[in-house]
Amino acid sequence: MTEQPLLVLKGVHTHIGRYHILQGVDLEVYAQRVSVLLGRNGAGKTTTLRTILGLWHASAGEISFDQHRLNTLDPPAIARLGIAYVPENMGIFSGLSVRENLLLGTGPKGFRNSRLEEVLASFPLLREKWNLPAGTLSGGQKQILAIARAMMLPRRLFVVDEPTKGLAPAMVDVLLDAFLRLKEGGATILLVEQNFAMAATLGDDAAVMEDGRIVHVSSMAALAQDEALQTRLLGLSLASHQ
Amino acid sequence: MKPSERTLPVLLVLLIAALGFAAMPFTDWLTLSAAGLAMGMMLFLMVAGLTLIFGLMDVLNFAHGAFITFGAFAAGTVFARFPQLVASDRWEENLLILALAALAAALLSGALGFGFERVAIGRVYGAHLRQILLTTGALIVAEQLAIVIWGPDAIPVLKPAGLRGSFLIAGAAIEKYRVVAALFGLFVFLLLQGILAHTRIGIIVRAGVENREMVEALGYRIRPLFAGVFVAGAALAGVGGAMWATYAATVTASLGSDLTVLIFIVVIIGGLGSVGGSFLGALLVGLVTNYVGFLAPKLALLSNILLMAAILLWRPRGLLAAGGR
Ligand SMILES: Nc1ncnc2c1ncn2[C@@H]1O[C@H](COP(=O)(O)OP(=O)(O)OP(=O)(O)O)[C@@H](O)[C@H]1O
Ligand SMILES: [Mg+2]
Repeated sequence: MTEQPLLVLKGVHTHIGRYHILQGVDLEVYAQRVSVLLGRNGAGKTTTLRTILGLWHASAGEISFDQHRLNTLDPPAIARLGIAYVPENMGIFSGLSVRENLLLGTGPKGFRNSRLEEVLASFPLLREKWNLPAGTLSGGQKQILAIARAMMLPRRLFVVDEPTKGLAPAMVDVLLDAFLRLKEGGATILLVEQNFAMAATLGDDAAVMEDGRIVHVSSMAALAQDEALQTRLLGLSLASHQ
Repeated sequence: MKPSERTLPVLLVLLIAALGFAAMPFTDWLTLSAAGLAMGMMLFLMVAGLTLIFGLMDVLNFAHGAFITFGAFAAGTVFARFPQLVASDRWEENLLILALAALAAALLSGALGFGFERVAIGRVYGAHLRQILLTTGALIVAEQLAIVIWGPDAIPVLKPAGLRGSFLIAGAAIEKYRVVAALFGLFVFLLLQGILAHTRIGIIVRAGVENREMVEALGYRIRPLFAGVFVAGAALAGVGGAMWATYAATVTASLGSDLTVLIFIVVIIGGLGSVGGSFLGALLVGLVTNYVGFLAPKLALLSNILLMAAILLWRPRGLLAAGGR
């Protein structure tokens, strides 16, 4: 690849309390591609995403996004650069209605009709639940709401943490469709995904973490073909999942 | 929150009122209920800000009572300054002086809240022990300051003439001032609920009470919002203190610290961070205090603590705990 990456992490270290979690993470995310971050439980994937968003403070290293140094900014400033975050727990406000949750994803002017119609056309269930408290939605519906909220504004980067965790297969398919459409629309996505089949379908680039470091970088296709590598890095293989 | 979770606490308030109704003669019940509603609404004004600042930033502010004290003194000072309006037999002038007193209380306490948030609270985010030490110390300092300014003795707070005396309703005497206080508190509650439900800022505040981090990750800064809520809460506490002192017809520098336990009971009963919960909690405390004070005066002090314990056994996070972190 000859173009510049949109997001670059260089030697990023993160401490949580007295624990040294990220121990020099190097990662590049290219525009209009889906980069999948893989790794066993506790490898540091979520911590990496939170550090990008400024929710943890990087104790060393550089995080740059376009021309901006993210490690000097706070989360609201980072979000306003056009980075949407869908956390592992989805970050849905259960006491707020579906409408209010979506509204928080818009800019100061509130809903833009064309955008809203587009999103509601993709996720018709949100229209049905429009005025219900989001706390009454199922896990999968909340995940859809979280992703829809991230899509309420044009975004330069989507950072999504394990969207399919704990979801029924039918829900996983709905999400996969949504991400494929997002990808066709030219979105840039950094995705943490344990469901290897989903990762392999969506991903262009793959990076694997272990003990707070990136230990493998390749195209997703290359990783998907190499079962020995999958077993070594992830303790599983695509075949074993099917 | 599901609607059903809200229904039971509302029913509880009605149940307490019904128990009171069964336990005493009707006219006493009417008088005491009116007193309980008025007390509840004044307490609500005092705690609305307290519960929100806890919900938004986990800040425990034991100095909140100081805003009550200063609001009360501001009102007393305004009444003393315009005795002819206070004594006037024209109700417009009575309401005018009451509004002026409330405004002075809101301005003084709001300004103090602004300064306190900037200088002190901002330094102790996330550190509960330091918050407790700092704000408890601040309450003591504020009390001493009030003594320096207004003296150690109680100063009289004269009600406007038209608000003295009672209405006679169904044979029960209901003090006019209590009706005004209850209506005003209800108005502020509805206003706050309207803001929280329908404005963008209100939605962000409710979201922030549930999950501050996610609100920030969506691009909103909580700090300035919190400062705004802190100032508004201080101003409301000032107005609550002004109304309380006007009712009691007197104010001392210890008013705020005297009320501190009670306002924390209300906030805990209601559920930290919930304005609706505080409203119901304040009503419960107001009604129970008045009923028990009549039926079993010796238990009056204990009754609110028992009420709190019973409610926490039922709902450990309070009537309407907001969000969940
Ligand atoms: N708040 C925290 N306090 C202390 N340690 C933490 C905290 N959050 C994460 N850790 C530790 O940091 C390490 C990396 O956690 P992280 O959540 O980033 O892993 P992950 O790759 O996202 O795992 P999973 O697949 O289970 O989501 C783990 O060992 C975890 O125990
Ligand atoms: Mg994780």
